[in-house]
Amino acid sequence: MNAPAIALENLTVTYNRHPAVHHVSGSLARGSLTAIAGPNGAGKSTLLRAIMGELKPAEGAIRRAVSSRDYGYLPQAADINRRFPVSVIDTVVTGAWKRAGAFGGIGRAERQKASEALVAVGLEGFEARPIGSLSAGQFQRTLFARLLLQDASVIILDEPFTAIDSRTTQDLIDIVLRWHGEGRTVVAVLHDHEQVRAHFPQTLLIARELIGWGPTHEIMTHDNLKRARALAERWDENAPVCAVPA
Amino acid sequence: MSAYDLLIAPFMDYGFMRRALIACLCLALGAAPIGTFLSMRRMSLMGDALSHAVLPGAAIGYLVAGSLSLTAMGIGGLIAGLSVALLAGVVSRMTVLQEDASFASFYLISLAVGVLIVSLRGSNIDLLHVLFGTILAIDNDALMLIGTITSLTLLALAVLYRPLVIDCFDPGFLRAVGGRGPLIHGLFMLMVVLNLVASFQALGTLMAVGLMMLPAAIAQLWARTLPAMLAISVVTAFVSGYAGLIASYHLELASGPTIIVAAAIIYVVSLVAAPSGLMSRYIRRPHLAN
Repeated sequence: MNAPAIALENLTVTYNRHPAVHHVSGSLARGSLTAIAGPNGAGKSTLLRAIMGELKPAEGAIRRAVSSRDYGYLPQAADINRRFPVSVIDTVVTGAWKRAGAFGGIGRAERQKASEALVAVGLEGFEARPIGSLSAGQFQRTLFARLLLQDASVIILDEPFTAIDSRTTQDLIDIVLRWHGEGRTVVAVLHDHEQVRAHFPQTLLIARELIGWGPTHEIMTHDNLKRARALAERWDENAPVCAVPA
Repeated sequence: MSAYDLLIAPFMDYGFMRRALIACLCLALGAAPIGTFLSMRRMSLMGDALSHAVLPGAAIGYLVAGSLSLTAMGIGGLIAGLSVALLAGVVSRMTVLQEDASFASFYLISLAVGVLIVSLRGSNIDLLHVLFGTILAIDNDALMLIGTITSLTLLALAVLYRPLVIDCFDPGFLRAVGGRGPLIHGLFMLMVVLNLVASFQALGTLMAVGLMMLPAAIAQLWARTLPAMLAISVVTAFVSGYAGLIASYHLELASGPTIIVAAAIIYVVSLVAAPSGLMSRYIRRPHLAN
């Protein structure tokens, strides 16, 4: 069997010693399409940031087949300064970073690819528009176009369809499915259980602790979701030191 | 008085006016784009804080050199400015204090120490020179220093442009692709301090940020793309410098503040007349069909 794209080994990630992700083990097969589900505060974004190498594990380890620098990563959109005077095409073309780096030239070929990516996400003719003039949906399409340009073998999406209308969501899900068809490994945090059941063969259900990880229909059961809700709400300021052996 | 007498003769007749004009050109080319990036990074007031932080170093340089040596003061200012920027960065990373809060603390400490040093040893005239600058007293050495700083700045901006721009609007992306955001930020802060040192020679610590931030604000009112903003900031900074020098020569005004007032006049006009300024709020234009 192929080595997995990403393997989590007893992963624990903490904020001020409180675990946000607690003793999670498992692996993402190459070319798998996985949804990460769980209630608010369940550690979904924390898990993604750990996978991206932005947070260091408090315990355990993450094994990656390729460096996380070569992943395509879409964080929750709030991190981007939308008032910055940069055009749609320039935003998309930053996706060529892996090939051009900080100093390399970006030639006509990359610009052509960026224009094609804009067509693919339904933003034909938006090249010169400043990003500040885009709607939330158009902006998310722009970020997907950049992911297309990044041409990454692993793609990590954090709530990609939040505050996006149904038509845009459908278009973007089509792109996710296209990536899956091309053999890329895709992981997405999602809140809509229907979307998860309809499009994502694999699910990782988390509520700080791992509730289940496997084929979606086995994981997204009523009992599991109920357990996830109960676990995520538990919080003890004076919790004792975790006794699970490393 | 002919147009030649009014606009050109002062620079033909006096070497100090020529050097002042070249200093203004250098500041326009270096400090104005840096100011534009500062305000794009929402750090406008940090430039102000840093400019005050330069003072104790300049004062110590003045004491060591024993006279109003711009080079010694420049090197002292550079060390002081960089120390404050570094300390503020370290403190904000190690403690709960945000970078702006630690900046405010350090620049106040630095400013107080600087004024103490100057008042201890220097005369009031010297204090005025340090606070308000001596653009008409810029000698060839000082001009070389300013020119070197400007050249370094333009080179650094050209090389770092892409990561710097990405770090301004999407630092998370730069982090994800391993683009060394903290290094870029550090180099940018180094450029800010260098340009403050150049600018402080001409305009003094109180107004050193004047040719940095006013042109940047003007540029944002007129332009909608970053390259246009950078160009407009350079042009308005140089026009302010030129107009300020001419006005201060003919009206016998202090040159540093006159230059900043010239920039301020352009700023106020822009506030009213620019496409995204006040006037656009009151002139109703019919809306478009699509």
